[in-house]
Amino acid sequence: METMMVAWMLDSLLGLGLLWLAWRCLACPNLFKAIVLFVAFGLLMALAWVRLEAPDVALAEAAIGAGLTGALLMVALAQLQSIETNGDAAGATEKEERGIRPLQWLLLIVLPLIATGLGYIILSFPPDAPGLSTAVATHLEASGVSNPVTAVLLNFRGYDTLLELIVLLLALLGVWSLGGTVPQQAATPAPLVLETLTRLLVPVLILTAAYLLWVGAHAPGGAFQAGSVLAAAGVLLLLIGRHPRAALMALPLRLILVLGPATFLVIAVVTMLIEDALLKLPPEHAGKLILLLETTAMLSIGATLAALFLGGRRHTDKEHS
Amino acid sequence: MTLIDYLTAALLLAGAIFFFAGTVGLLRFPDVYTRLHALTKADNVGLGLMVVALAIQAESWTAVGKLLLIWLLVMLAGASVAHLVARGALRRGVRPWKQ
Amino acid sequence: MQTLYLTLALFLLLTLGAGMWRVLRGPTAADRMLAAQLFGTTAVAVLLLLSQASGNAALRDVALVFALLAAVTAVAFVQRAWPEQEQPQETERDVD
Repeated sequence: METMMVAWMLDSLLGLGLLWLAWRCLACPNLFKAIVLFVAFGLLMALAWVRLEAPDVALAEAAIGAGLTGALLMVALAQLQSIETNGDAAGATEKEERGIRPLQWLLLIVLPLIATGLGYIILSFPPDAPGLSTAVATHLEASGVSNPVTAVLLNFRGYDTLLELIVLLLALLGVWSLGGTVPQQAATPAPLVLETLTRLLVPVLILTAAYLLWVGAHAPGGAFQAGSVLAAAGVLLLLIGRHPRAALMALPLRLILVLGPATFLVIAVVTMLIEDALLKLPPEHAGKLILLLETTAMLSIGATLAALFLGGRRHTDKEHS
Repeated sequence: MTLIDYLTAALLLAGAIFFFAGTVGLLRFPDVYTRLHALTKADNVGLGLMVVALAIQAESWTAVGKLLLIWLLVMLAGASVAHLVARGALRRGVRPWKQ
Repeated sequence: MQTLYLTLALFLLLTLGAGMWRVLRGPTAADRMLAAQLFGTTAVAVLLLLSQASGNAALRDVALVFALLAAVTAVAFVQRAWPEQEQPQETERDVD
């Protein structure tokens, strides 16, 4: 009984804290403060996923929400600051923030309606509906893995993951197509402590990525979580000024970027020809195929996220000069 | 509750006290350099006590190893960041607090 | 024991909420970053407690990922986003 009470208080505090942080984060005019609030939001969000008994999502949120996004936003802020000091864009944006504009009134009406609708839908579900979990459980045997989340993501609905990989690649292409507008800030030489920290952390990060990939077969983990941990290693190296050589940036990087989606597509076509269904993995080989798909996906995700962090293309600078 | 459980409870409570002290330090210390102590000392000890408390409850040696690894990593991150922040603040002319 | 784990998790969450005051007040960017780093440590402790309370060992992996990535945001801040001048007008407000 007491345990229920405490759990209930914990959940309410988390829920209210998340709402408050989201509001503060959006309403904050100081961008740096907003980033720190967003990182704190990511932390609480991961804890909320834990309380909702979704450790797979919590793992992804921990890696991306609390780790990588913070670093990405920090670098974005640094680039904004360099634009503001170079040009005079700062004054113009500040004036626009006064008063509530008509569009915002519209949002003020539409958003509560959407929220009410969503709340109604969620509350109208029967409380203990099994959903598709029984269907997943009965076919888990044939999926090649014993973690139901991995079974759904890479076998039963593998095309979802295929499309996600392509979306991620498109995001990078989007960034690359904008590349070259912001001059890359010359990295300050890394202090010795930072060098040492990176040297200690990078091997552990790579090892953890491999561990998360492997453990994904029977417990929370998998390609996305492992890929983001791998990307964190890349981000750390980039932050201390260890840029990859130009030769690696051209063809090898692109090959790694498309490795995951390409493997997925090849398997999709082959299964279509042999099994007459897109990504219908034959049960006897499913385990190995999933491991292959996840490994290639992890490498591509890691490379894509690190490349996103690197921002616009380097060689556009050379083309112009 | 067994003896192990009492030991765990005592260590967890001690850990919580250090976490509380860390937060008080974060809120009450006068400048960024003193506040760094809250980050690197109090919270790492608090986490260490909690790790020990949970390690004696752990079901396997691998779990103990993972708990210790987590603690070491947090200490590594905390110590490095504290150094970097202190160094950066000093370079940017943030004055250390004097009585 | 369950109740103890959850109560301590709740307590740590409350200290995290109190620490949020430092993020809001600053006064320097370093103070805010410092507080975020502190939240990371607290979140690791909360995750370990929840892992023990629910008997779900997978939550330790979440804590492991947190611990590993704890430094990344702060390193990005120190290396790139820390302005060369701390705004002096903000420091005046925070005289205790």
